[in-house]
Formats: sequence, structure tokens, C-alpha cells
Amino acid sequence: MKIVLQHLTKRFPNRNKKIKEDVIAVNDFDFEIPDGKLIGLLGPSGCGKSTALNLICGLEKPTEGRILFGDTDVTELPPEHRGVGLVFQNYALYPHLTVRENIRFPLENLRGSKKLSKEVMEEKVLEAAKLVQIEELLDRRPSEMSGGQQQRVAIARALVKRPQVLLLDEPLSNLDARLRLQTREELKRIQLETGITTVFVTHDQEEAMSISDTIVVMKSGVLQQMGKPQEIYDEPVNLFVAKFLGTPQINVFEGKVKDGKIYIGDSAVLNADSLKGADGEVYVAVRPEGFVVDSNGPLKCNFLNREVMGRDTSVVATHPLFMGENIRAIIPSEEEIAPVDGCVGFSLKPSKVRVFDRVTEERISL
Amino acid sequence: MKKNLTAWLCLLPALVFLGVFMVYPLVDVLIYSFEEGYNFASQSFWGTGLYNYSYVLHDPYFIQALKNTFIIVIITVPLSTGIALLISLELSSIKALRDFFQTVYFLPYVTNTLAVGLVFMILFKKTAYSDGLISILLQLFGGPSVDFIDGPYWAKMFVMCFYTIWIVMPFKILILTSALASVNPSYYKAAQVDATPKWRIFYKITLPMISPMVFYLIITGFIGAFKAYSDEVALFGTDLNAAGMNTIVGYVYDMLYGNSGGYPSYASAAALILFAIVFTITTINLMVSRKTVYYQ
Repeated sequence: MKIVLQHLTKRFPNRNKKIKEDVIAVNDFDFEIPDGKLIGLLGPSGCGKSTALNLICGLEKPTEGRILFGDTDVTELPPEHRGVGLVFQNYALYPHLTVRENIRFPLENLRGSKKLSKEVMEEKVLEAAKLVQIEELLDRRPSEMSGGQQQRVAIARALVKRPQVLLLDEPLSNLDARLRLQTREELKRIQLETGITTVFVTHDQEEAMSISDTIVVMKSGVLQQMGKPQEIYDEPVNLFVAKFLGTPQINVFEGKVKDGKIYIGDSAVLNADSLKGADGEVYVAVRPEGFVVDSNGPLKCNFLNREVMGRDTSVVATHPLFMGENIRAIIPSEEEIAPVDGCVGFSLKPSKVRVFDRVTEERISL
Repeated sequence: MKKNLTAWLCLLPALVFLGVFMVYPLVDVLIYSFEEGYNFASQSFWGTGLYNYSYVLHDPYFIQALKNTFIIVIITVPLSTGIALLISLELSSIKALRDFFQTVYFLPYVTNTLAVGLVFMILFKKTAYSDGLISILLQLFGGPSVDFIDGPYWAKMFVMCFYTIWIVMPFKILILTSALASVNPSYYKAAQVDATPKWRIFYKITLPMISPMVFYLIITGFIGAFKAYSDEVALFGTDLNAAGMNTIVGYVYDMLYGNSGGYPSYASAAALILFAIVFTITTINLMVSRKTVYYQ
């Protein structure tokens, strides 16, 4: 089932009553979520991503705009009639019920012609439990399980009635690092197996990148960019998106464009013939993997230290025009660094450098 | 050993107080209840045995008190808890005027019992000048003129239960509204997304989640109702036997200090019978709760 959002807007009255202006949690969302895909809604906390999820789910009513599931307009439908499954951040498993009773709960709500017999219910519960691999935990209480197991139960409960759309609110944020890795693969597997259109909300870009078919990046209620993970990483539309995706963060310098060259300070770090005649102040952003240690390189930085990660090495350095604390460059571990007078030289890989307008922070393509 | 000694020394003041003011009187009551023909003035008795119990259990006043107490317990505990639950549910589902209503419902709790008794007199008592407000209203709708305070037994019992429920309700509402507020709202959202009918949300989610508090209220409600006395005095005066509205605690009091008083042995026996009843009921409660109450 594809999900279509048409000019979707949600305003809340300001908590601070002295401020008359409304808070716009979701501002004019207008896009389509394709059928059977895994979509990551990504943004910093407070950007409105959970509100967007609640709008799709029906727990919140939009101020303006429409929501369509397939060709059906569901804007006015309450959540219970939308056929969505929702997994809460805290899982919201009923603590007094066993896993089996929790998963069965949505089925027991079915009335009239949809009413199921006990045997069919049991069958469906087992099927859902198998899907998330918790068959042997069916008689436990939620408090007797680990966070990861609870998460699976929550997913099984959301899936048991075969929703058209599965929504997950920060599904991995309550898990420890190792479980998070495991569970996100699990999520991907479950999504592929069921083929249910799935939308999940996260503030963790790595999480979004690793499993999403499509990422939607948001900031203060405004959609920034939507696309495949690699696309967004490689071709961010603005400085915010560039900074939000990728760890370590992209390194941003104050620079300028002059005579078809990109300067950081007085040194021309890159040729950019396409920018001839477009002189001006810019931000030069370099992905950590875009640095090449080169004693003759144009970018001279003050060397601080190196952090060995095993697979590669990260070089920590500073530069007067760098925006932020420390530059982090990632270089292959076998490469040697020989700082001269505490100074290390870099040349830059053109494919890993992005230039943004100083005022609008929009991308300037090279 | 030395550590233990310090510990015991620290406990000593509390143990002495508990011993003098709690354990000793309890044991004393037990002893009194078996001393036959105990005389308060001469501190003497002529035998030991179960005669006191037999006397109390054959005393028509005690039987009346027992009956009254049971009726009050059976009517007021379930009703007050149920109504308090209903009001709390309504209170937590409204937004406007919530604080106002909460204050209104809490007022009886901070109002003096005797003042309330006076108000109830005006509402229910038939005097030479007035039939009482409720009776007047009843007559307005074609009902009979009823004297709720000095009239028939059922009328007196009605006022008694009404009054008791009214008095115990605020505390229950207070406890239940806070219990309801502590239920995580995401459970309700999850239930809503799963199209759970309202009654089922209440029965399957709300009630189990607040069951420890409900259970607490039922237990304390039972114990409180079994110990009813002051509310009866507020409504019917001190001569409860004459009014036919005595309770077990009232009977104990009368046996000690009432007009026909001065019989600590009978009073002790009656007190121990009350203890046995409360103990049994509470044990049954606990046994039932083990199956129905969910503790997080």
C-alpha cells in the first residue's frame, strides 16, 4: 500500500501562551511513500518526525492537507480504521498480560464478521511469533524479557492483524549498541518477508542509512531531502543534510570561490572550472574520507593526534577556518603521518568535497 | 554479638513503646475476654472460660449490632469503591473544570463529621416544624412522609449507608485519580490503534493497571466499615441501641462506658469477635487478590 501525503501540515498552539505564533511541527509535506518499501524518517529530536508518524497513524489530526493510503483518503479516519500497526518507542506492551495475550490482543478486538475463532487466533499468534522468532517466549510476561525481546513482541503485536502499513517510532533507541545492530537487520528481514510498507522514525542517521530503502530528512518540520541513502549522502541538497548524515561528521570550512578555484584561507584547495564567474563566500565541506595525507597538499592543518580504529585511522587536527572543534580525517591504517612542526598537509579528493552557499546554505554544484 | 547488641539497643525504645501501648493492651483484652464475672472496682473475677463469648453472642443487642455492621459493610464498600471509580474515570477524562470538580469531591474529606451530621439531620430528620428536606421532596412526587432518623429500620439504614458512602468517597477518588493518572498513556494509544472498544480498554487495561490501588481501597474499606461507630453517633446520637442502629464497635463502647456499661469482659469478647471477623475477611481478600491483582 503506497502512502501519499498531500500538503500535510500540523500546527500546535505554542506551549508558552505569551507567544501567539503556532508551532509548526510538520510543514507542507508533499510526497509519496512507495508500496512495500522501508522508509526512514530522519531528523534531530524535535524536528516533527514523530508528529509526522502520528499523522500517518491517525493519532493526530492534520491542520491542513490529506493522507492517502493507496487511492483511499484516510485523512478523516480514526487510527483504528486505518489498518495500521504501530510500534511505540517504549513498546507499550501490556505488562499484566503474557506475550501470547499481548500479541492476541488486537485480534480479540475484531467484531462481527471479522471475528476469529480461538484456533485461528492461536494460529495467527504463532505465525507472528515465528516471524519475529519469539515462539519459545510466548508464556512470559514483558518484564521477564530483555529489551530486544520486548521489541520483537511489540512488532509481532503490530503485525498480527496484517496491517497495510507498519509504523515504528524510534524502534531501536531503547536497545544497547549490539542489539541495535542485530535488531535493525531483523527489522529489514521482517519488512522484506512481509512486504508491508514500513515507516520508521529515527534520529540516528546510521540506523536510517543502513536499512532504509528511502530516507526522508527533516528539520524543524520542513522536509529537507528525500532519496536513497547513498544519494543523500553523496548529493546533500544543503549544509544541514550534509552535516546530519555520516559519522564522523562532514568537515566544514569557511572558504571562498575565486577565479574558478576553491580557496580555504589563501590556499586553493580545489579547481572548480564550473564556478568561473561565480565568485563569493562559501562553505567548503569535506567528508572525512576525502582527505589524503600529502605533505605538499594545499590544506595545512595543525596536527593534534591520531586515533587508531584498526581498520583505518582517524587524524584529528585543527584549522583556523574550520567550523567546529576538530577536523576528523579518516585515512587507511597503513598510511604514515609525519607532521612537520606540528603541521600536517592534506590534499582533497574532489568527489568528496561539497560546496555550499554561505548565506542560503544551499548546495552549489561543482 | 556486639553488633547485635547495638542493634537491639537501638530498637529498644520502639520495642518498649510498642510493648506498652500495643502488645500489652492486646494481650490484656484477650485475658479479660476469658475472665468471667470480672469486677472493675475490686479487680476480681470468679472464674475463667468462654461464658463472656456465649453471653455476647446471645445478647440481642450484639446480634443487632452485628447485623447492622454487616449490612453497612456489604452495601457501602462495593458501592463507594464503584462510584469512586466511575467518578475518577470521568474526572480523568475531562479537561475543563477538572481542578474544580476535584476540589468539590474532596470537600467531605476535610469537613467535620459532626457538622456533616447536622446537615444530614436537616436533610433527613422529621421534627415538629419540618418533615426534612428529602421527605418533603418525596411527598412532592407522591411518596409517603418518612422519618429517616427516627423512623423505620430501612430508612435509617438507607441514611446510614448514604452517609458512610459520602464520607469515604473523597479519599477513594483521590487515590483512584492519581492511580489513573499514573497509567502510561501509550497503552491507551496502542489500544486505540488496535481498535479496542472502550469497555474492553477499561476492563483489560485500565482496571488491571490500577488493581493494586483498587485492592488497597477494598481492604481498607472493609476494615474501616467494620469499625464504623462515629458516623452512627453523628446521625443517631449516643443511644444507638435504642435507635437499633448500633454497630459492633458501638456495642464494645457501650459495654465499657455506656449507661449499661462497666463490663470490660463482655467488651473484650465482642472486640475479639470483631477481630476474628475482620481477620477472616481480610485473609479471603488477600487470597482473591493473589489471582486478580497485578503488581508491576
